[in-house]
Amino acid sequence: MTMLQVKDFGKRFTIHHLGKTRQAVEHIHFSLEQGGFLGIVGKSGSGKSTILKSIYRTYYPDTGNIIYDSAHYGLIDLTQATEREILYLRKHEIGYVSQFLDVMPRTTSRELVETAILEMGETEETAKLEAEKVLTHFELDQKLWDHYPNTFSGGEKLRLNIAMATVKKPRLLLLDEPTASLDQQSKMKVREMIEKLKASGTTLVGIFHDIEFMDGLCDHVFDMQISQVGLVKEGVMHES
Amino acid sequence: MHEEPILHVRNLNKQFGKGCIHCFDKRERQLEKNYCPICGTVYACQDVSLDLFPGEILGIVGESGSGKSTMMQCLYFDAPVTSGEVYLNNAELTGQNIFDLSQQKKRYIRNHKYGMVYQNPVNGLKMNFSSIGNIAEKLIAAGNRNVSSMEATGKRLLEHVQIPLFRSKEEPRNFSGGMQQRVQIAKALSNNPPILFLDEVTTGLDLSVQANVLDLIKEIQRKWGISMIVVSHDLAVIRMLADRTMVMLNGAVIEEGLTDQILEDPQQAYTQRLVYSLL
Repeated sequence: MTMLQVKDFGKRFTIHHLGKTRQAVEHIHFSLEQGGFLGIVGKSGSGKSTILKSIYRTYYPDTGNIIYDSAHYGLIDLTQATEREILYLRKHEIGYVSQFLDVMPRTTSRELVETAILEMGETEETAKLEAEKVLTHFELDQKLWDHYPNTFSGGEKLRLNIAMATVKKPRLLLLDEPTASLDQQSKMKVREMIEKLKASGTTLVGIFHDIEFMDGLCDHVFDMQISQVGLVKEGVMHES
Repeated sequence: MHEEPILHVRNLNKQFGKGCIHCFDKRERQLEKNYCPICGTVYACQDVSLDLFPGEILGIVGESGSGKSTMMQCLYFDAPVTSGEVYLNNAELTGQNIFDLSQQKKRYIRNHKYGMVYQNPVNGLKMNFSSIGNIAEKLIAAGNRNVSSMEATGKRLLEHVQIPLFRSKEEPRNFSGGMQQRVQIAKALSNNPPILFLDEVTTGLDLSVQANVLDLIKEIQRKWGISMIVVSHDLAVIRMLADRTMVMLNGAVIEEGLTDQILEDPQQAYTQRLVYSLL
C-alpha cells in the first residue's frame, strides 16, 4: 500500500520587503510504501527540511501534490486539506520531530508526554503508565519528570521531543535531524525506538546528518542533488 | 468527516459614519487605511468571515485599529453590526442569523451561550460589587435564583482561578490587575458557555501574571473543551494558545492558517512584517 506520494512538488518563498522570491525546491517526486523508511540526503540549504515541513504543512503549500493515505480520511492531498483536517492528522496520525523542542511553557516533561497520549483519546490512567514507560525507555532521569524542560540539556530536550512523538505511534513520522546533537548512547536509543516503530508499521521520512545512523535503517534514499535536475535516485542505501 | 462549526460568521461589516458616493461601493472604494478620505467614514470591519469549531482556540492578530476588538464587540452584541450573518450550531437557532433576532433573544444568547473577557476589567466587572456578587450577577442573568447554589458555584469558580476565598466578598477594585482579570474569567465561565471571547486579556499585565492567566485559559480549554476566540496583538500569546490564526489589517482578514504556518511561512507582506518584528 502506498502511504505517501509526492508528485511534482515545488515550494517557492516570497519575501515581500526585499521584493524577492526564492525557489527552495522543485519537481520533487517520490512515493513511499507503508512501513517504509525514506532518508533524504543533500547539502544544507538544498531543501530537505522544506519537504518535511511542507508535508506537515508548517509551510504553506505551493505547487504539486502530496497524497497521504489516512486511516481516517482515506486518500487525502495534504496540500489541499483544510486546516482542521491537518490538525486532526497531527493529533492522530502524523508526527514531526525536529532538533528543537517547541512546547507549552511551564509544563513538566511528564505532563507533556501525557498530553500527547490524551490527545489520542486514551484514558488518564493509560496516559500516566505509557508516559512513564516511554520516559524510562529514553532514559530521561526520573528526577526530571516533574521539571520544566527549559532547564534541560540539549540531549535531554531531544529525547523528550522524540518521546512525545513516538508515544503516539504515528502512521507517518517525519524526522528532521532529530539526532543532531546526541551522544552515541542516546542515538542508539533513538534508533531502537525507530526500529520498533518501523516494525509496527510506521512509515518514516527522515533527514539525518550522519549517514552512519541511516545505514541499515532506511530502505530508500532520496538525493536532493540529483532530484534537482529531475531525476530521483532510489535504491537500497548500502548498495549505492 | 464533515465537521460543523459551532459559530459561523459571514461577511460581518461594521462602519462608523454614513459613507458617501465615493466609498459606498465596496469594490470601488479607495480607503486610506480603513477610512474614506472624502467623508471620513471608518470601515472598521470589512467582510469578516470565520468559522469556530468545537473545542478549538482561534487566534486573531493584528495591530491596533485593525478591527479585532470591534469584531468581538459585534459578535457579543456590544455594538450593532452594519451588516453580516452569524449562525450558532444550536437546535433552537438553526438557520437563523442571530443578528436578526430580537433584543430579548440576543440577551438570551449572551447570557447562556457566550462568555466575554475584556482587556479592561472595568468593562466586564462591576467594580463596586463583591467578586462573588459579580459572578452571581451573571448567574442571575442566566436564570439562576437559588442563592446557596449560586454561592457554591461562585466559590468553586473563584477557587479555580485562584482567588483566595476569604477575599470573595471584596470588591474587585481592591484587586491587582491580574486578579481582576481572573475574576473576569471566573465570571465569564459561570454560565458554562460553549463559546468564550477573549479580547487582549493579557495586555498590560506583567510577564509572570500574564503566564498565570494564559495557563488558566489553556487549562479551561483542556478541561472543559470550550471554544474560544482569542484576540491579541501579541504573537507570543497567539502562538501559545491558538491552533489556527487569522491576521487582520485595516478591518479585513488578510491571511489565515495554522498558527505554526502563519509564524514560519507567512504569505502576506504585512504578516511577514509582523512576524519578523517578533524575531
